[in-house]
Amino acid sequence: MANMRTISFDGVIVGGGGAGMRAALQLAQSGYKTAVISKVFPTRSHTVSAQGGITCAIASADPQDDWRWHMYDTVKGSDYIGDQDAIEYMCSVGPEAVFELEHMGLPFSRTEEGRIYQRPFGGQSKNFGEGGQAARTCAAADRTGHALLHTLYQGNMKNNTVFFNEWYATDIVKNQDGAVVGVIAICMETGETVYVKSKATVFATGGAGRIYASTTNAHINTGDGIGMALRAGFPVQDIEMWQFHPTGIHGAGVLVTEGCRGEGGYLVNKDGERFMERYAPNAKDLAGRDVVARSMVMEILEGRGCGPEGDHVYLKLDHLGEEVLHSRLPGICELSETFAHANPVHEPVPVVPTCHYMMGGIPTNVHGQALTVDASGNDVVIPGLYACGEVACVSVHGANRLGGNSLLDLVVFGRASGLFIEKALREGIEMRDASDSDIEQAMSRLDKLNNSTGGEKVADLRKELQTTMQNHFGVFRNEKFMQEGIQKLADLRGRIENAALEDKSQAFNTARIEALELHNLFEVAEATAIAAEERKESRGAHARDDYQDRDDENWLCHSMYFPGEKRVGKRAVNFAPKTVDTFQPKTRTY
Amino acid sequence: MLKVSIYRYNPEVDDKPYMQDFDFDTQGKDLMVLDVLEQLKSQDTTITYRRSCREGVCGSDGLNMNGKNGLACITPLSATVKGNKLVLRPLPGLPVIRDLIVDMSMFYAQYEKVQPYLQNNSPAPAIERLQSPEDRAKLDGLYECILCACCSTSCPSFWWNPDRFIGPAGLLQSYRFLADSRDTATEERLAKLDDPFSVFRCHGIQNCVNVCPKGLNPTRAIGHIRNMLLSRAT
Repeated sequence: MANMRTISFDGVIVGGGGAGMRAALQLAQSGYKTAVISKVFPTRSHTVSAQGGITCAIASADPQDDWRWHMYDTVKGSDYIGDQDAIEYMCSVGPEAVFELEHMGLPFSRTEEGRIYQRPFGGQSKNFGEGGQAARTCAAADRTGHALLHTLYQGNMKNNTVFFNEWYATDIVKNQDGAVVGVIAICMETGETVYVKSKATVFATGGAGRIYASTTNAHINTGDGIGMALRAGFPVQDIEMWQFHPTGIHGAGVLVTEGCRGEGGYLVNKDGERFMERYAPNAKDLAGRDVVARSMVMEILEGRGCGPEGDHVYLKLDHLGEEVLHSRLPGICELSETFAHANPVHEPVPVVPTCHYMMGGIPTNVHGQALTVDASGNDVVIPGLYACGEVACVSVHGANRLGGNSLLDLVVFGRASGLFIEKALREGIEMRDASDSDIEQAMSRLDKLNNSTGGEKVADLRKELQTTMQNHFGVFRNEKFMQEGIQKLADLRGRIENAALEDKSQAFNTARIEALELHNLFEVAEATAIAAEERKESRGAHARDDYQDRDDENWLCHSMYFPGEKRVGKRAVNFAPKTVDTFQPKTRTY
Repeated sequence: MLKVSIYRYNPEVDDKPYMQDFDFDTQGKDLMVLDVLEQLKSQDTTITYRRSCREGVCGSDGLNMNGKNGLACITPLSATVKGNKLVLRPLPGLPVIRDLIVDMSMFYAQYEKVQPYLQNNSPAPAIERLQSPEDRAKLDGLYECILCACCSTSCPSFWWNPDRFIGPAGLLQSYRFLADSRDTATEERLAKLDDPFSVFRCHGIQNCVNVCPKGLNPTRAIGHIRNMLLSRAT
């Protein structure tokens, strides 16, 4: 401990994806001493895999478009547990944030008028659901995430942001007042461990889709921010809400964008029937993702699945023609040929619902400040801690995220966090220094791992965890299965805490990182399981056989999972937008 | 059994690198090279490489596979295995940190040198800057680069002068901004490139084109820059 270095910054951002880099850009432009800690070189973050686009009412495809229509769609999409003040903020500030990206150089596709190209996506409407399908998703072909992430990295380069690339944050450092005063981080190349001290610690660590066996998520999506927050005793919100994307490539899990259906593609069962017409007569294939994913599983369960095992359906694209496919969906053509050996110009793509997005996360307000609740249920800001992007739960996605809203979320709230921290720094932030024992506490997990002997293999335990989540907490859930899953997880906890680290070397020890990541995956999985069992209703992505209806009387609220006592509490949803009338909950049909 | 031969080097224990052989049972499947590495690592956790998206867009897992650079995650065994043998080495020409992981600082430094960000000296409008579909089409084949370094580390000119020749990846991005109708720094950009090394070390042998996992053509972009530099000189 005595010889451990301390590095100090005004603001430290953990995570180099879209949210983290947008927050960093804001702080770097303000002149405050800012650093980004990223476990991969920033352009390798998972934002790079986002395909279809960023949804925002910039009124290019439709000059009459209105951010309030986008807000309506998002509230409805969330199945009414998205916070309306946060959704209002995102949808109204969105255009400004998107134009900033364009000014920074993002190579958006264009209309004949030279404006940003927008395509239709699921759950989009005009005139508060009355005016038919909207086209509101701004796109750079089907590589929007790649274009956005590289543009943000380039913007940070221009503004001299300090990057700690291939550094891995292990745990939060809390001072004696319970405030967050930085993180412990490992330089992967040398193995050196340091205390990164900061007046503002922003978690932008992304999702945790790797808790499931079948996921569109990158290997690095291991829920590090959620793991760190839960170990520090902070709660997470709506963590039972996991989105299964309708179109993961069967067998590989790789995503093909909803933009395929936005451009006119549709799903068919083994009889060639366009089955979404039965489940969602109006929106059809562009209904909410939760609705489409469930419909696909129903088709498969009822024996109308495709292939020798009948375990997937087909995404039909050939009718769009080679020119549209190659100009609008070039990346999809590549992925389909590589991972499904299917050329969409001639044959359909085999797809199946695949874990894609974590709607829940660290509860925050619209400024990115992390929240907990006190004994009487009031929101309390956690001093020093901020969160934005997928790791955060503002909540703009509620129980189901609309396609194209994740890129908007991370840009708008990365920016908002940066703006707020800039102001707070200007006004002055005073926090007590961490004591030696505070730092030792934060180091304890890493110390234990470094001194461990024996234990089971990380890869085996990870596989067992992923299979458990896949089988017991998938698209459809019920009490019996979830209880069994919770029992299996209880058995896994000790085994995962004592997982083996045979290789104790310092230089680029990826075995150590994978062991630490497994701890985080477990924390996310356990919180998911317990919160899912507790929410006794069906809402958005959380669909239960034993409670098939939405229960607004008891569950029109956020769940709050408290790690200490493994308890699930409730937190009120915000129904008080500032400039528009409240959107009242109603039956959700597409 | 597939014979997999992997370049091993851990600076803490090895005096020099060596090749380690593994017998691998593919069970008749045409796996991706990354799948093979993942399975081997689940047995021997010391095998070290980078990976993230596993779908060819993040650029983490550039490797030299049977003598050719490419991405492990989108290279099926059928496309690379010869004589039942798969030889995996780190990308050539860069210092090795451990096993298949190279130090990419030099590569990133050349990327930064071309100022790969939009520069426009007029005030930004309230909406987006307009760009015609034709002007936007000029960026196709350029902006898709994933910085995997397969191209630059297959280029002998980059091996010889990694500090002075920008290399195919950096030059592709340089041209991405030179070609952007919204960028106004053309003259400054060209002035910075106008020396015997930055661009003119390219001898057009097209190794970069042959290995690019995204099907991009850095040689063509370099040709455009060369023409711009030559017409600027006259």
